[in-house]
Amino acid sequence: METTITTDLKIKTGMGAGGGKNFGDDGGGPQGADSNSSDWPPGYSPEDAIEPTKYRIAVWLGLTSIAMLFIALTSAYILRQYNGMTAAKPDWQPLHLPSALWITTAIILLSSLSFEIARRALKQNRYEKFKTWISLTTALGFLFLAGQVLAWRQLASQGIYLRSNPHSSFFYVLTGLHALHLLGGIVVLSYVLISAWRLRIGLRKRTTVEVTSLYWHFMDGLWVYLFVLLFFF
Amino acid sequence: MAEVMHPTHGEVHHHEPPTGWLRKYVFSLDHKVIGIQYFFLALFSVFVGMALSLLMRLQLANPGQKIAFLATLFPQAAKDGVVTPEMYLSLVTMHGTIMVFFVLTTAPQGGFGNYFLPIQIGAADMAFPLLNMLSFWTTFVALAFMIAALFCNATTLGPIGGWTGYAPLSALGNIAGPGQGIGVVLWVSSIGLFCIASLLGALNFITTMLNLRTKGMSLMRLPLTCWAWFTTAVLSLLSFPVLMAAGVLLLLDQLAGTSFFIPTGEYVSGKLLDTGQQGGSPILWQHLFWFFGHPEVYIAILPGMGLTSHVLSTFARKPVFGYKAMVYAIFAIGLLGFFVWGHHMFMSGMDPRTAIAFSLITLTIGVPSAIKTFNWLGTIWNSRMRFTTPMLFSLGFVSLFVSGGITGLFLGQSTIDIPLHDTYFPVGHFHLIMGVAAIFGIFTGTYFWFPKMFGRLMHEGLGKLHFFLTFIGVNAIFIPFHVMGMVGAPRRYSTHGDLQYLSSVMPLHKFVTYMAIITMAAQFIFLFNLFWSMAKGKKAADNPWEATTLEWDIPSPPPFDNFGGVEPVVHHGPYEFSVPGAPNDFVMQTDPMVVEGQEAE
Repeated sequence: METTITTDLKIKTGMGAGGGKNFGDDGGGPQGADSNSSDWPPGYSPEDAIEPTKYRIAVWLGLTSIAMLFIALTSAYILRQYNGMTAAKPDWQPLHLPSALWITTAIILLSSLSFEIARRALKQNRYEKFKTWISLTTALGFLFLAGQVLAWRQLASQGIYLRSNPHSSFFYVLTGLHALHLLGGIVVLSYVLISAWRLRIGLRKRTTVEVTSLYWHFMDGLWVYLFVLLFFF
Repeated sequence: MAEVMHPTHGEVHHHEPPTGWLRKYVFSLDHKVIGIQYFFLALFSVFVGMALSLLMRLQLANPGQKIAFLATLFPQAAKDGVVTPEMYLSLVTMHGTIMVFFVLTTAPQGGFGNYFLPIQIGAADMAFPLLNMLSFWTTFVALAFMIAALFCNATTLGPIGGWTGYAPLSALGNIAGPGQGIGVVLWVSSIGLFCIASLLGALNFITTMLNLRTKGMSLMRLPLTCWAWFTTAVLSLLSFPVLMAAGVLLLLDQLAGTSFFIPTGEYVSGKLLDTGQQGGSPILWQHLFWFFGHPEVYIAILPGMGLTSHVLSTFARKPVFGYKAMVYAIFAIGLLGFFVWGHHMFMSGMDPRTAIAFSLITLTIGVPSAIKTFNWLGTIWNSRMRFTTPMLFSLGFVSLFVSGGITGLFLGQSTIDIPLHDTYFPVGHFHLIMGVAAIFGIFTGTYFWFPKMFGRLMHEGLGKLHFFLTFIGVNAIFIPFHVMGMVGAPRRYSTHGDLQYLSSVMPLHKFVTYMAIITMAAQFIFLFNLFWSMAKGKKAADNPWEATTLEWDIPSPPPFDNFGGVEPVVHHGPYEFSVPGAPNDFVMQTDPMVVEGQEAE
């Protein structure tokens, strides 16, 4: 039998060739150096060393799996709502929208906006502006969580708890899981914030800011989606 | 040659390994150590799962007879030496769960994938070593929870609802039977932790393969094992979150009194329940569970498929027949796997038109599966095979994949599935294709890569003995299952001895139990061979199998940073065996050799 060989392929550099070679330190780059630093060898862009690609891929993959989690819960929600409303003894009692949620929705939308301003400021190397806006974003993040807790308290004062009826169950589950994921974002953001105040925004942390903003916008969009699903669907 | 300038290219950039014992062997960031940790975790689990199945087989073959040591071991669960129906159900549950999650999902992906994916693509480690360590230790905690579930009450060995944990029985707590309270809580928590660990792992695998390939390692030069691990990781990434969602809701039903899965007016053991929970949908659990459960089957088997292609080609000394078709077939199986979950639910009162749609898509999976099977046959066709132990196991894999797959065509059709459902027929089917075939994949990996992992060769004679006993054994166990199923023997019954119409299957039950004992005994040959060879085996050369991929380029076992800081450059596809004009019958991927009509790079 004739055997063919496949050496005709052009040598191609893998997307991140050389990436991750610095074992255990997530890619190199002098700490604290900014993109204009002359520490870098000629022809060598600092972009290469911090490998933003791998973090970006990872965050997109993470968001995909988070999306799958909420898609699964959405399908459960729709099915349970249908069952609960069409049963002989309907048990689905729609909640009255707690007023605090309008405010938290506004807060999280604003936080996305301020994150975007901060991200752009960092790109233009305007540290003071970055510091102000990233602090504001973090504060808005905490404020959002506080607002969610307030909404839970509003419901609890009406005597509506997790087990009261299927709509309230889903409300607590969905808002709780969203808050948990957002809390993850806030933890990373706080880490960036502390570094920013200590003037240590190195290249690697720029990538962190970059991918955290992606995550943050996703959480923002997810909240708007959940808000619509829970109260207007 | 266009190339990004990079100061470390070609330079020696060697990394020293950590020296502390804890950082080196326990909380190691090295993907090789983590791979071996996963491997041993699976090895421990497989023996636990096997012990549980032994108890089931003893019970089934000896209806009503007293087995003295059972009474000693389980004074309450097996009083008088007879396994109670509840105890039997808990054995079914824990055997299934431990095997599916901690063996079939863990060993091929977490074990071999972790160890060899970075090496085969020419990287020094995974993209996120810290995340890698976290996913192993999360899996470890998950296993601890699962083992704890075994001891949650005295009358059973864990929950009794089966590995599918069907609601509402899994959601009601102790009313639904022993082990259904704290047992289910531990069980579902373990699965939740396992989901998180698998998600972190999947994210790491995909990023690594997309981002860390070395120079020249284009996508179509990847070994088929890498494509299989990649597709498996994609399936994990998309299906585990759904199981996670189901698990969260189930846990709330159990602990917080919600009613996602608990319907109105339920009779359990003849009593009307009055928990205040109502209106939920047990079918919802089935949908969520099987949306994960079916891709899970492919998560277990795909790495074995990739490895089989790899090993068949290596020992047939021929290129893989239809490399690209193999890659696309893996994708097709992965994709279609997401649209067939309904075939596990034909009995749920599903609209027959929906059932037909699920049937059709299910049978469609036969197409890419057949492509793979015929390409395996094409690969070994007319070759001078080297019958090493790994080769035997991958031939065994093909055989089991075919004989297990054929019955999939029966069960995929609702008209045939409905009478066969809940008999031994599907039990035989999934044990052959998902259980034993995937296990054969794991054995192939162990025998094939052992020299690379531990620097010594496994004993070939013992390996072959292990293969023949196991191969004959598993067929002798699971083919009779199909016959019993067609006679109508129901699964999950602790005994068939008191059913008049099943008196004809009792001799088969005895036969199967003897075969099971022989097969289990054969696994101790493997265990002995494994540990003996680690210490006393013959020293392995760098490339004992004369294989072509990158892991055979480096010392056995590989140094801490795999390639000693040098970035390997790949010039060839992964399966260049018997190339005309080449001095050897294999061309390493890194060989910069000039072949007739070819210019060196």
